[in-house]
Amino acid sequence: MAAEGSSSIDALSQFKLSTALGPIGASVNFTQSNMMMVIAGLLTLALLWVGMRPRAMVPGRLQAAAELAYEFILSMCTETIGPEGRRFFPFVFSLFFFILFGNLMGVFPYAFTFTSHIAVTLALSLLVFILVTVVALKEHGVHFFSYFVPAGVPKVLIPLMVLIEVISYLSRIISLSVRLFANMMAGHVMLEVFGAFIVMLGAAGAIGWIPAALSLSVNTALIGFELLVATLQAYVFAVLTCIYLHDAVHLH
Amino acid sequence: MSEERGGAGDSFEDRLKAARSRRGLDAPSARSGSGSGDDLPSGGSPWGIGLRVGVELVAALVVAVAIGYGLDWIFGTRPILTAVFVPLGGAAGVLNVYRLFAPKRGEGGGAHNG
Repeated sequence: MAAEGSSSIDALSQFKLSTALGPIGASVNFTQSNMMMVIAGLLTLALLWVGMRPRAMVPGRLQAAAELAYEFILSMCTETIGPEGRRFFPFVFSLFFFILFGNLMGVFPYAFTFTSHIAVTLALSLLVFILVTVVALKEHGVHFFSYFVPAGVPKVLIPLMVLIEVISYLSRIISLSVRLFANMMAGHVMLEVFGAFIVMLGAAGAIGWIPAALSLSVNTALIGFELLVATLQAYVFAVLTCIYLHDAVHLH
Repeated sequence: MSEERGGAGDSFEDRLKAARSRRGLDAPSARSGSGSGDDLPSGGSPWGIGLRVGVELVAALVVAVAIGYGLDWIFGTRPILTAVFVPLGGAAGVLNVYRLFAPKRGEGGGAHNG
């Protein structure tokens, strides 16, 4: 996260991939992004496994967190998708916590935010998109394609509307992935820029100290904001997945 | 987790709300109106909403241009299909934004928009 040199702001080098785990990682191209993904997955497992180990009637903090997480996603699934939502609970749960831990870990210094790469978010949204389409095809068969014919449209306009609906359906991939990616990347660029301001202004002598302090306070606020965005974007991703699954299960 | 309570399906929020209203801690109509209605996909703040609208518009356009360009590439009709699909993409973007803000009331009744 450190700014390279103090003469120019290098806000994007923080997203550069490098291999992790020394020579083993280098030989199989295991990047620090993959490393963070593994850690995110392990943290999710640890939250559930360690948290639920006491199996106390009155939960402790970690167990309460695990139970709250479970119930939060479960109610999101059942409320948004309907009673069938229980089937998709494992998927939504792992998706949400994978993204949430990825976002949250990225706020720490020297950590890498894997959700700030469009390749990762695009893969996630493609996963959601393909799952939704497969579920819809499995539930409704050919009838699924009636989804693209909106009700109450004059016959003449149907070809046009079908095209527009198909584009709108496909644009979910882009909007889902770009939203997460853009939010995470923008936040980290801002952090980097203001962090570089602190260094540059602080080095400029006494004149720069007050602006440097201001940048520091901005950065402090940004960290808090980043925590909000991290949680919110994970939530939005999961909720939109649920909404799409609802559409797939119920068609319209 | 909630097995010992028997009532499966009611979430922690519901139980908390019930308990709070039993004790008279809540104003009765605090959250009952907007329980599941607005499912909060709009990021809450004006910035979040603005970003969402922008993303939806651009996403549809990107998909449309990709489709048009791809079809042009297949059929060798270079500019025509791209030009046809760009307005369609714009329309799809507007449709997306409309979906974003369309009233989603009445789950059983007239929920004819996806």
